[in-house]
Amino acid sequence: MFLSSLVFTGLLLLNVVGKSAVVSIQDKIDISVYFKSNVSEDSVLNIKRTIENLSEVKNVEYISRDQALVLFKEKHKDEADVTQTLDELDTNPLLTSLNIKAKDPHEYNTIAEYLNNANLKEMLNKVTYAQNQVVIEKLVGIIDTVKKGGMLLTLFLAILAVTVIFTTIRLAIYSNSEQIGIMRMVGASNSFVRGPFVLEGILYGMIAAVVSFGVMVPIVNFTSPYIVRFIPEMNLQAYFQANLFSILFYQILFSVGLGAFSSIVAIRRYLHI
Amino acid sequence: MIIFQNVTKTYSRGMVALDKVSFKIQPGEFVSVVGRSGAGKSTVVRLLTAEEMPTKGQIFFGTYEVNKLKSRDFPEFRRHIGVIFQDFRLMAKKTVAENIAFALEVAGRPQKEIVDYVPQALEMVGLKNKEGSFPAELSGGEKQRVAIARAMINRPDVLLADEPTGNLDPFNTWEVIKLLTKINELGSTVILATHDKEIVNTLGQRVITLENGMVIKDEANGRFIIG
Repeated sequence: MFLSSLVFTGLLLLNVVGKSAVVSIQDKIDISVYFKSNVSEDSVLNIKRTIENLSEVKNVEYISRDQALVLFKEKHKDEADVTQTLDELDTNPLLTSLNIKAKDPHEYNTIAEYLNNANLKEMLNKVTYAQNQVVIEKLVGIIDTVKKGGMLLTLFLAILAVTVIFTTIRLAIYSNSEQIGIMRMVGASNSFVRGPFVLEGILYGMIAAVVSFGVMVPIVNFTSPYIVRFIPEMNLQAYFQANLFSILFYQILFSVGLGAFSSIVAIRRYLHI
Repeated sequence: MIIFQNVTKTYSRGMVALDKVSFKIQPGEFVSVVGRSGAGKSTVVRLLTAEEMPTKGQIFFGTYEVNKLKSRDFPEFRRHIGVIFQDFRLMAKKTVAENIAFALEVAGRPQKEIVDYVPQALEMVGLKNKEGSFPAELSGGEKQRVAIARAMINRPDVLLADEPTGNLDPFNTWEVIKLLTKINELGSTVILATHDKEIVNTLGQRVITLENGMVIKDEANGRFIIG
């Protein structure tokens, strides 16, 4: 019960982290179109306007060779050998480019196809979409697999918890059979006889939820800094603290639900009024 | 009034415990149901308390048609019947007073009633000085008297006694029988299932004799005669 409750909460948090990771990466995706050095600025700006008119496109950013150089230097300002090499060159080796962002990540494919078919090929040096696409698809695939695995694990542990509680309640019914018989004989109401056993199941669920919540807190605190390294926007610890009560609520709901369900099944099967 | 109308009870593998049993018991009667072990006495008790349902036939208890009761109706119905058994069925971890009070608690009676009724019931069975004792500290006769007090505390219409003297010595046996007679004289119907010939013959009340699940005799002022 404790484990299933723990995995259930883990799954809740994984869902949040996964969504955040996908959003974070999707935000970083764009298609960068690099033009050959002999293509004039006017031609690039013309192409920019044409692309901006595509319904799938959110915005297009023009980055001239000079801007590209500034950005590159900024990015590598701490790497002396890189800046030194650049300074030694007579000409700017960087290319003019357009950064295209789509309204919907699924539409990058359409935009990429347009770029390939729009007779632009001879002006283009390279299009960087393909590399990003693989990373995104891989990430989505990994998250999906982990989610499915987590769900299966939760289901498996939930079945295990139900079986354990079911057996515990069954044993409790057997060991109290004499008292139950006396209750029946003196006309105890069904809820009076069954109540304590349902309560026992609920109590197991409640304890499991609280204990697993207690275990979850240090796990979240421990993993949070690592997650921030991969997804800067995702502060798991802050999310956990902000949603403390709703997470605890869902965890209790899940565990108490399991506990009550198991004991009700056992009572229906073994406790005859 | 209690009516058994062509009641048949068959257990698994076709074992017939009762076979077309019919009888009527008027309010206030003292009826002994007698027969050898396995004749069907305890089955009559279990059918009357709705612990089991008949395979065929109808059982009426006042306004209740017992064979048609649903499980939700059992608790209220059972409060009309007090039951005592050979093995007393007292709760070992509760005192005498708590055992008796338990029957009122489960019926949802107010605490004031419990405080008032328990000493009265203890006085009726002559155990006023034993209210704080645990069942293990009592003799067999005292345990059965506690069971009677518990059975009577809800003021049932009928007291059902299933071999109540089976575990008692002759002295305690007669103490219990005297108590049952007193309860009957106070107006409650008493049904005594027993195979004790001496008790039945001394009582001189109505006797229903069962053999192989059938009623073979039903006599007012009957005697225990089994061939």
